[in-house]
Amino acid sequence: MSSVRVLVGTHKGAFVLSSDGKREKWDVSGPHFGGWELYHVKGSPADPNRLYASQSTGWFGQLIQRSNDGGQTWEPVGNQFTYDGVPGAHQWYDGTPHPWEFKRVWHLEPSATDPDVVWAGVEDAALFRTDDGGKTWGELSGLRKHGSGPQWAPGAGGMCLHTIIVDPSDPQRIYIAISAAGAFRTVDGGATWQAINKGLRSAHIPDPDAEVGHCVHRIAMHPSRPQVLFMQKHWDVMRTDNAGDSWHEVSGNLPTDFGFAIDVHAHEPETVYVVPIKSDHLHYPPDGQLRVYRSKSGGNEWEALTEGLPQKDCYVNVLRNAMAVDKLDACGVYFGTTGGQVYGSSNAGDTWAPIVENLPSVLSVEVQTLA
Amino acid sequence: MSVRVVLPAHLRNLSGADGEVVLEVEGAVSVRTVLDALEARYPMLLGTLRDHVTKQRRPFVRFFACEEDFSMEPPDVALPEAVASGKEPLLVVGAIAGGRRRSNSLGVSSQ
Repeated sequence: MSSVRVLVGTHKGAFVLSSDGKREKWDVSGPHFGGWELYHVKGSPADPNRLYASQSTGWFGQLIQRSNDGGQTWEPVGNQFTYDGVPGAHQWYDGTPHPWEFKRVWHLEPSATDPDVVWAGVEDAALFRTDDGGKTWGELSGLRKHGSGPQWAPGAGGMCLHTIIVDPSDPQRIYIAISAAGAFRTVDGGATWQAINKGLRSAHIPDPDAEVGHCVHRIAMHPSRPQVLFMQKHWDVMRTDNAGDSWHEVSGNLPTDFGFAIDVHAHEPETVYVVPIKSDHLHYPPDGQLRVYRSKSGGNEWEALTEGLPQKDCYVNVLRNAMAVDKLDACGVYFGTTGGQVYGSSNAGDTWAPIVENLPSVLSVEVQTLA
Repeated sequence: MSVRVVLPAHLRNLSGADGEVVLEVEGAVSVRTVLDALEARYPMLLGTLRDHVTKQRRPFVRFFACEEDFSMEPPDVALPEAVASGKEPLLVVGAIAGGRRRSNSLGVSSQ
């Protein structure tokens, strides 16, 4: 019988939530690395027992942990993320130049075919890759040297590369997103990059439709349609049908189009999930109601999913890496909150229930569907 | 020289060191030579106390010994004889302000 493993990164450690395919009863393991910030934990599709975790603190910097047994035991691997050459300067919050400085790893994306290959998105924004299971990391510096780097600026969370999507049909094509620079695409495995932000409009930059400078919060793709991407921007939910050559807005009837998380149903490429957040200065749901919105039409027409979610006095946030789906039938959807709850739905969002309710603030949620 | 080092809890957990660490340090005993010996014994600590490349101390890491603060001293300054002889430990301390990240000059810490 299939089972699922939900990998949760929090402000004070990692947790592994396990259940059989019914997804009714859950075993909670953790905290792993108690007291550390776990920005991301993700498993290798090629070897589900191989997990990678980004562990950091303000005191002692960045570590990468690797597990070969599904998260029961861990070992620290390489943590040297050194930019290629002199990294130069990006924009600071006030528009002045500010030197590139490595701060932390936001996203770890294991290869679909090789458990020793992982891409890492870091703050200050850059893309790294390991080919030896995390022992050594090298920068794919073509991205940072795209030429627009001096115009990139940090969002409220820092200047982070937070999304990495590798095209399953062509691993040479990779999409990444940076706050606040925008989305970029390579078709040669990371040697050269193109900004793919046409159609985005952002009021926080002098030229609202500039080539770069957009605060993209998250991008999601269904693996069967690598040309179609869905984006939760700082404001606006966007869609592209041509691999990012152009985007159009699909916010439709959402109560607010600000938010962080976005994901796509495992079996229905036109079914998309977002969690609307009231605004960039409030960072909590509208009306104290935690609602996931689902579109079954690829955007524009959205329905509120509320059953099992708190519908009064709820003022948590759902961060950009904190939503994921499993591949079971029916598709499971999971998300974590800054209030420490992890909610799950075993029926594609129709109803929800908390898996755990009192974790530290949740930074990331990933799911493994196990045979 | 046998030098005693007390690590903060996070780094004891990371290294697996149980209690104080006793290190053999060749030649002059300074913050640099003690950290060299510490990282050689526990390579998982590389990058946690000082930068991999520049060897600059991480901002929220402090070095105390014999009721003095050596954090701001050049790393080759000799530590007190009491540390070099093992009578007193070198204390590696996480600064009291370091528990929560400060991501930028605005003090914004949310993602």
